[in-house]
Amino acid sequence: MAIGSSTDLDSAQTADLLELYPNGPASRRRVRLPRSPKVLIGLGGLIGFLVLAVIGPWIAPYSPAQVFSTTVSFPQPPSAAHLLGTTQQQQDVFSQLLAGGRSTILVAFVAGLIATVLSVVIGVAAGYAGGLADDLLSMLANLFLILPALPLLIVIFGFLPPSQGSDDVLIGLIIAITGWAFGARVLRAQTLSLRTRDYVDSARIIGERGWRIIGFEILPNLIPILASSFLFTVLYGVGTYTALAFLGLVNPNHVSWGGMLFYAQVAGAQQSGYWWLYIPPGMAVALLGTCLALLNFGIDEFINPRLRAAGLSRRRARRAGLTGAARPPRRFVLGVTPVVRSVPPTGDHRGPVGENLSAGRSRGGRQR
Amino acid sequence: MSTYQPGQPLLEVRGLCVDYGAGPDAVHAVVDADLVLHRGEVLGLAGESGSGKSTLAYAITRLLRAPGMITGGSVGYHPKPGTTVDLLAASEGTLRVLRWSQISVVMQSAMNALNPVLSIGAQLTDVLQAHRPDLGQAERRARAGELLAMVGITADRLGSYPHELSGGMRQRVMIAMALALEPQVVIMDEPTTALDVVTQREILEELMELRERLGFAVLFITHDLSLLVEIADSIAVMYAGRLVERADADALFRAPRHPYSLGLLSSFPGLHGPRRRLTGIPGSPPDLRQLPAGCVFHPRCSYAMDRCRTDTPALQRLDVKGDERAVACWLQDGSAAPPPELAVPAPHEPPPPAPGAPPAPAPDLARSQP
Repeated sequence: MAIGSSTDLDSAQTADLLELYPNGPASRRRVRLPRSPKVLIGLGGLIGFLVLAVIGPWIAPYSPAQVFSTTVSFPQPPSAAHLLGTTQQQQDVFSQLLAGGRSTILVAFVAGLIATVLSVVIGVAAGYAGGLADDLLSMLANLFLILPALPLLIVIFGFLPPSQGSDDVLIGLIIAITGWAFGARVLRAQTLSLRTRDYVDSARIIGERGWRIIGFEILPNLIPILASSFLFTVLYGVGTYTALAFLGLVNPNHVSWGGMLFYAQVAGAQQSGYWWLYIPPGMAVALLGTCLALLNFGIDEFINPRLRAAGLSRRRARRAGLTGAARPPRRFVLGVTPVVRSVPPTGDHRGPVGENLSAGRSRGGRQR
Repeated sequence: MSTYQPGQPLLEVRGLCVDYGAGPDAVHAVVDADLVLHRGEVLGLAGESGSGKSTLAYAITRLLRAPGMITGGSVGYHPKPGTTVDLLAASEGTLRVLRWSQISVVMQSAMNALNPVLSIGAQLTDVLQAHRPDLGQAERRARAGELLAMVGITADRLGSYPHELSGGMRQRVMIAMALALEPQVVIMDEPTTALDVVTQREILEELMELRERLGFAVLFITHDLSLLVEIADSIAVMYAGRLVERADADALFRAPRHPYSLGLLSSFPGLHGPRRRLTGIPGSPPDLRQLPAGCVFHPRCSYAMDRCRTDTPALQRLDVKGDERAVACWLQDGSAAPPPELAVPAPHEPPPPAPGAPPAPAPDLARSQP
């Protein structure tokens, strides 16, 4: 075949293909992220929290530290002026809630990022190198795993000079140090499995360098675990930072959700019924954690399509025109394939057995 | 070849439709499959990878995993002539009773289906313990040994673990397990694919012997049509989830009526008869998510007509006396004479070949193919 004519042939073939596959072959290439409600809610909520972290302090009606009255000594309940009431120090709770998100989310993401980087470096290196390096790095990871994180953090924060007690990046770094080991162990195990695969062997035989094999053959296959591990560590960061702030170990003047809980505790909010002091920050932490967990479920489903529910949600089934008997079950029982009929069965097995195919049955033109 | 006489229908599949997923994204993996397995028959199911052979077999037994689901048709099992069990309406309990004791399956990659941490004997007696609770431990052991002996393994291997057996032996164990409760139907999903041809032949010969002796029917799934021509009584050819031709093995081999069957048959060399050119089938199987309009085979069919691009042919019984066959092709609808290579006269009454006699030479299937 002449090279010059190959383009014509290709375009002719493409035209043929387009005729055969009217939707176009391109639509098959798309990466299909699972679009379950779990993922949508998780992702939407997380994006909302991230936006809040950026604009929260600006859209807050007052400065979180502004004291509105020096004569009143009781927290004021929600009112038009203070949507979520005031604290014992007569600061606006709503403004604190909006402004406190930034610190909490920043610390959590910094912790997640640093811990993930640490776990990749240590886990993948241990898994890939093997031998003594693996033994030493694994021992390090095990050590950090068995260290009780919260007491250790309390000790570390006790040594922090007060000027650095409000540095979010530093706090994130310290939390990351206690949170990387779990991810490292998971990544090491998967790397151990991946490095014996044939395609890694072939890359090694070709003479690829170690860093290239790790970067181009192993790491891409770790991405789902990495993403999941990252979200898990962020979640850990949210919880740990809130706990530390609640215990008053972080500079109390640095506004955060955990800090708000600390002041609620100081004010005896629970005993005195000042619910507006602890419910808003508590709910914010819980919702952020929920969003992260939901997103993690979505990543799980993306890695393992078997987890994806084969049954349709009620809404999607209705949109697809499937109702009643034609609707697939929500749950599948292993070993009993469901029968979901959209048309009544045509065969009749109750009649006398004998002729195996009614010759006159018209099935022509039934296109599916 | 066998001494098979057409018997009573044992398993009747009509208009079976199987989807993966639901709603607009569903993949129709099997569409309108009609199939009858008679008592004592070996029915071969042939087709390329992804043509829906295994899906069909697992749907019949309701073993298909999520997101697979049956969306239409019926499957009737006749344990005795006159009685019918509707497998699609059967409850979990009914299926539990029927499976293995009436219908058993030798799974694909059967070699890996054995539990590596249990001995062969434990796995064989496990079946008996579940389905034949009246047997004592010694009796179960004896029966397990008997089963192993049946497939040509000595009974002292009962204590062996799967890794101590060769691939062929593991395959035999799987077949022995499938036969443990003397089922009437054995569904074999590519049971010999991973084995070399010599072992494959040994196992198949044993299987055919066992069938003579025990009288079970076999639904044999394979992509190896040459193998089916040899062991099956009748053959159904699948393409893209549809049955395109169904005929007696001999008739299909000598006189295929569907261009796809013809293509499959001219894809492997005959050991006897005149030399012929191997042509194969151009192109590759279609994506089930985006099937071409009309006859699904038309993009690869050298006989495709205008009608094939728009209308879907149904599986129609051909009105030829003594020739039990159905084909889904517009060439065979009687409006025009089909091309000569698709109209080779079928052997109406195939004479039972004497043992050891060389098979009759294959007709020159591909002589006039473009």
